[in-house]
Amino acid sequence: MKDFRYIDDTAILKLNKDLCIGCGNCTTVCPHRIFELHGHKARIVDYNGCMECGACARNCPVEAIYVNPDDGCGCAAYIINSWISRLRGKPVNVCSC
Amino acid sequence: MPRASTHLSLRDHLGTLRARIGIARNQYKLNPGLYCVGAPTAESPVFVTANYKLSFDALRQELSGINAWILIVDTRGINVWCAAGKGTFSTDEVALQVNRAHLAEIVSHRELILPQLAAPGVASHELNRKCGFKGRFGPIRAADIQDFLASGNNADDKMRSVTFTLAERLILVPVEIALIWKLFAIITVIIFLVSGIGPELYSVSAALSRGMIAGGATVLAILAGALVTPILLPWIPGRQFWLKGMLTGICAGLAYVSAGKAMSIYDALSLLIWTVAAASYMAMNFTGATPYTSLSGVKKEMKLGLALQCTGMCVALILWIASPFIG
Repeated sequence: MKDFRYIDDTAILKLNKDLCIGCGNCTTVCPHRIFELHGHKARIVDYNGCMECGACARNCPVEAIYVNPDDGCGCAAYIINSWISRLRGKPVNVCSC
Repeated sequence: MPRASTHLSLRDHLGTLRARIGIARNQYKLNPGLYCVGAPTAESPVFVTANYKLSFDALRQELSGINAWILIVDTRGINVWCAAGKGTFSTDEVALQVNRAHLAEIVSHRELILPQLAAPGVASHELNRKCGFKGRFGPIRAADIQDFLASGNNADDKMRSVTFTLAERLILVPVEIALIWKLFAIITVIIFLVSGIGPELYSVSAALSRGMIAGGATVLAILAGALVTPILLPWIPGRQFWLKGMLTGICAGLAYVSAGKAMSIYDALSLLIWTVAAASYMAMNFTGATPYTSLSGVKKEMKLGLALQCTGMCVALILWIASPFIG
């Protein structure tokens, strides 16, 4: 999505080219189209477009992709609620979306 | 076999409206399992979706004229993308529902069409091993399904990219506002209570008149942060949402205090800071509604954003209480 950009150089996303078998799953599932296949290897072509949704890592059959593994999503309300839950010693299940 | 209509009834539309304005937000669950549209046969495609009313409606509406199966998986009434992110729309859950519905005895092919946004939770390459069905990711938007089928179950780049159009942003505004009404009610009561404090100890008339002014600023701040900011999102400078909200808050706050005559400089300053801080907070909360903000990014912007918002609100409150004594 080129018309909406978020903070640069913050997303946790790593691609291990040595492990990559070029199946192309990541290019299929990424909702921001940040992967491309070059030859038989995937390449990150728009790192700052990554929102850490984790679709690529989940669908990589050889675990060549690493995405921020923290629970939760890019949602301030969710993060605040999970802090409050943690302070009150309650389970973190604080979002109904 | 439950049959789903591809047309939404008046009742369906009313339900959509209620869901969109956040009434009884957790009560839009459907029963998981296999449904059909049209008159599907053993060769008909199987679409998988979440057991959330809006997800199911979006899908079935686009299947008019198509004979198909719909497999609803149990995501606890949460939409496809959020459920996938949280792991309830998972490979195991899809496999479980496939087996529970005895899908292998109903259809002759071995392919499921999954919404692309289920990919954070569903590993297509693991599905086959777990239930004998292969997963194929369909388009992101159900509206593209007819084109997807017409092109031999292929989705182009456009179908695979998320968008965030004005309509897509606007439809999320009511629920964002509905979610904070409790907090808003508490704050309004506090505002009215502290507005009466003055040199003559406590004045009920001041509580009402100053309370109205501060309450008005709060409503304005919510609109600036939760309505104006989403509408103008691509055009407001900056990337971080608390900053975008600050900018709209400054505009709204300046307009409000300049329109209010006979206001002391301390009152005006307090209201301005309050509006900016509250609008910034509301805008920051809109990160959860967008399809492009990362967890790392939101955590990063919240560190400074939340600190400044809290400080601003405290300063505004102190100024507001002190104003009748010094103004």
